[in-house]
Amino acid sequence: MAAHSVENTEWVFFASPFVFIRQNILRLRWGRGIAINNLMNNFSKIMDKEAIQRALFRIAHEILEKNKGMENLCLVGIRTRGVVLAERLRECIRQIENQTVPVGILDITLYRDDLTLIDTQPVIHETLIDFDITGKIIVLVDDVLFTGRTIRAALDALIDFGRPAGIQLAVLIDRGHRELPIRADHVGKNIPTSLNQNVKVKLQEIDNTADEVIVENGRENS
Amino acid sequence: MKTAEKTVKWTRHDLLDLDELSKEEIELILETAKSFKEVSTREVKKVPALRGKTVAMLFFEPSTRTRVSFELAAKRLSADTLNIAASSSSLTKGESILDTAKNIEAMNVDMIIVRHASSGIPKILADALDPSVINAGDGCRAHPTQALLDMFTIEDKLGRLQGVHIGIVGDILHSRVARSNIWGMTKLGAQVTLCGPATLMPQYIERMGVSVTHDLNFVIRNCDVLMALRLQNERQVEKFIPSIREYAKVFGINSQKLKQAKKDILIMHPGPTNRGVEVSAEVADGNNSVILDQVTNGIAVRMAVLYLLLGTKNTRK
Repeated sequence: MAAHSVENTEWVFFASPFVFIRQNILRLRWGRGIAINNLMNNFSKIMDKEAIQRALFRIAHEILEKNKGMENLCLVGIRTRGVVLAERLRECIRQIENQTVPVGILDITLYRDDLTLIDTQPVIHETLIDFDITGKIIVLVDDVLFTGRTIRAALDALIDFGRPAGIQLAVLIDRGHRELPIRADHVGKNIPTSLNQNVKVKLQEIDNTADEVIVENGRENS
Repeated sequence: MKTAEKTVKWTRHDLLDLDELSKEEIELILETAKSFKEVSTREVKKVPALRGKTVAMLFFEPSTRTRVSFELAAKRLSADTLNIAASSSSLTKGESILDTAKNIEAMNVDMIIVRHASSGIPKILADALDPSVINAGDGCRAHPTQALLDMFTIEDKLGRLQGVHIGIVGDILHSRVARSNIWGMTKLGAQVTLCGPATLMPQYIERMGVSVTHDLNFVIRNCDVLMALRLQNERQVEKFIPSIREYAKVFGINSQKLKQAKKDILIMHPGPTNRGVEVSAEVADGNNSVILDQVTNGIAVRMAVLYLLLGTKNTRK
């Protein structure tokens, strides 16, 4: 509800000179809404099903706009949620262009830079890219962009499959705190977070709940 | 399979035999191997998972498949490998195995893969050394990675192991492959029937949960998978049978005998094959044969084992 009213003011912004005040008031209210929510539930919902769908649709348009169509375009989802998002982007692109793009699945576990530092080994899943990526424009898809280390690993993994003409990055959430010089080309939503917060993307295909993005507060702080 | 992934954590430091592994741990290895199979089909057959790790291979018995397979598996995971063949090492000067192994340990290797003609050598090394130890075959006792790749191949071809009827034919007495396979296959719910001359059948082997017959035709008629074993001439097997020719006639698998088998029966062999003895050339090269698939799968399975044992910093402490 609160988020909705903020969106309304964007439109008023151009129409009314009072908009600065109104928008600020609403922003304040919205911000406080999150604060209260945090105190009560220790988490807040940032995006719902519709918001995620709209963001993906916009990203699909952006991808097509940036690449001037879908020639040579391939999507590669990073396990696990990136794969679901890549499938959804493919559907969005199909609705826009009436054609489908190939979708690959990438498991980056073997390329992680902390493999020897963690205590129990992560389970490996299959990487499935059944098309030649050489000369193609690859759009990597992931749910949350955080330190950038996953993307570093994904880039290394992709290069082992061939030499793409270009690699772009599409993420649903960018939560900041990069530790490597990596940025996304297409972002669903930027969420400023603190390091002790946790961003969770839930998708109905694998989480058996309605789509949502929530920010949880860490236990040790606040 | 999903549940196995979620619940099992790999905590082991060594792989000595399948008897010590739980059903879930075996399933975890097979599941992990599935993902590694794809790596060997890539243009760049290498992933950086074990960069900086060193694997020493101590082979005191001849080997082609196992040694090459382990070496490729390690290299495709970016580990460094070194080969120590007994015949060209200081063992010929009278150094003991343990001393040799301790010297290798002193050079900071992370894993020792060992094959030896005496049962129990890998266990002795595992107890004495800090690096991980993998048993690549010890005497007549165990050959766990061979059993794992056999199970992987069956699961790959038939989609399951539960309820599959597997016949193992030949020199059971000297076969470490058979013993490891019995541990693993029965744990995963397969039904195992052993077949061979009474002199080459260990006493009380039924206690491992298998049935025993001396009638090859019975096994051929009833099995989904038929595994032939080599007569181990290096273990003086000729003392146990009247003649090789007679053995081949009674227990050799040929296309004539296979006519009574199920149409999609899988023919397996851990190698090396003695063509015309335990299996005829026609059958070994026939449509039902998955002998070379076993070799291909061996790399994926060994990659999975190396990854699980070396993938983390778990130490003996």
